[in-house]
Amino acid sequence: MAIKKFVVGSFEEEEVLFKAVRKVRSAGYKLYDVYTPMAIHGLDKAMGLRDTSIPTAGFIYGISGTTTALLGISYTLVWDWPLNIGGKPHFSLPAWIPIMFELTVLFSAVGMVLTFCYLCQMAPFVRKHHFSLRATDDRFVMVIECTAKTNEEELKLFLSQAGAEEVHTQMAETGWWLGSYSRNRKTFENPNAILA
Amino acid sequence: MSLRERFEITSGFRMWSRGLIGVGVLSLIIGFFVYGTGDDAHQAKFWGVLLHNSIYFLMVTNAVMFFFAATTLAMAGFQISFKRVTEAIAACVPVIGTITFIILLIIVFGHKSMIYEWLDKTKVAKDAALSGKRGFLNPGFFMTWTIAAIGLWSLIGLKMRQISRKSDDHPMSLEEGKKFVFKNTVWAALFIVWYALTVAAVIPWLWMMSFAAHWYSTLYSWYIFASTFVAGVALISIFVVYMKNKGYLEYTNREHLHDLGKFQFAFSIFWTYLWFAQFMLIWYANISEETIYFKARAEGAYSGIFFLNLVINFLAPILIYMSTPSKRNYTIVTFMSVALLFGHWLDFYQIVFGSILPDHVTMNLFDFGIAAGFVGIIIFQTGRVMSKYPLLAKNNPFFKESIIHYT
Repeated sequence: MAIKKFVVGSFEEEEVLFKAVRKVRSAGYKLYDVYTPMAIHGLDKAMGLRDTSIPTAGFIYGISGTTTALLGISYTLVWDWPLNIGGKPHFSLPAWIPIMFELTVLFSAVGMVLTFCYLCQMAPFVRKHHFSLRATDDRFVMVIECTAKTNEEELKLFLSQAGAEEVHTQMAETGWWLGSYSRNRKTFENPNAILA
Repeated sequence: MSLRERFEITSGFRMWSRGLIGVGVLSLIIGFFVYGTGDDAHQAKFWGVLLHNSIYFLMVTNAVMFFFAATTLAMAGFQISFKRVTEAIAACVPVIGTITFIILLIIVFGHKSMIYEWLDKTKVAKDAALSGKRGFLNPGFFMTWTIAAIGLWSLIGLKMRQISRKSDDHPMSLEEGKKFVFKNTVWAALFIVWYALTVAAVIPWLWMMSFAAHWYSTLYSWYIFASTFVAGVALISIFVVYMKNKGYLEYTNREHLHDLGKFQFAFSIFWTYLWFAQFMLIWYANISEETIYFKARAEGAYSGIFFLNLVINFLAPILIYMSTPSKRNYTIVTFMSVALLFGHWLDFYQIVFGSILPDHVTMNLFDFGIAAGFVGIIIFQTGRVMSKYPLLAKNNPFFKESIIHYT
């Protein structure tokens, strides 16, 4: 939870955005994030993001689902209350495989959705700052974090030269908060008060 | 970038394809003198080996044809960059189909009842179950379906390859492109309907399920389809990797290989699903006339092959192909493709021989020799077709989509 200073540039075209992302990275600015109305193939690589670890998490959830099913069925059907069903052995794996499979899918699916929401900090009543609402409509919005070394005016000029239609500075909360947007907005109205 | 238009057959390629065919012919001759003229068990081995290999490799190349038709019908862009390789492999269908047809002709009209027990008229008359199936399991019906199936697979495949090659003459206008896509769609749809009627229904029942004519399973044909489709995509992958290594297919890259890997992975799981569905229902119901099928396989002489089959075709793909980088790695894809081709060959082995020679496994050099012969035929025919026609379908309306393909 920290309030930081960001320079926000809005782009109209995908091709311009790609070139700008590469320029910003090679110039050494700290690229915070890029917000786009739709998924863009290859942007993650251009931004230098690491591969997602969702698959690994999914595998772990899946394995725990399989184990849960196996242990649960073994407990009820073999250890706690053995029943003779059609003369089959108590420990009869083929009959259990469908349930083990279902729990694997259930655990991995639900687990991955929850992990995804956690990583994106999405949950009911949780708010996050929007840098530009047009990122949900028709603009590609690139956000660059200002560090102690960043010269803000130079960066703004750099972004407009790279093809940004609109460039401005914003103070923004980087984390999430509970409550409404309007109440917390007020805190950021006077950037200098907070920075000082 | 200069494009290499056609595949040039190198001396090594020629030597390997002819050498493998030579091994196959030699095995056939030796096998005929060792097994072909002996008693029933020997003849069952001889004709069983020929049937096993010819049906397997015919179904695999035909599954490649199905891959081609299905992706064409779905207007899949990714396959266009290596489309000619798929087509070249599919061109093996008429060749191997003819061989299979001749073998089936000799078996059926030579009354080889050690292969198909329903060919024995006196046995059928005494057996209530077999005489009840006489309308389906008789030489006339069997051969009619065989001729129609192999003939139409070959003809529609030929027609689709012709349409594809015609596009090489000159660049297409928008109108021509639309017409071309529609024409492809019609023929691909026709092929798929016929494929569904034959491979996903009648042909495996006739050719393979009738080894054990008393036993039946409704999803048997689907199981055979899944098995051959995995092997077919594996075959395409091997050829694509080979061509890449030789410097052809300039526009095919890891993205396309990734999609082929996904196909192999997905259909390996599908195969396992069908395998398990068939096994579990029979295991659960526990009716002796149904469980007899698994007696020789899960518990008898074939149990080793039966479970090895599950390891190669299910455990290996699910563990190795699970992650993205492995599907994009040429070495891993080649290794897995070869493993899957062999794994499904083993699957067919236990399907065929678990029924006709249930008492003990007789796998020996004769099996591998004949298999080598068919592999040689596939290499020879595919190489010949690839060297004859352009490798890039550069006027195809989806060609650009294939180049910029990104997964």
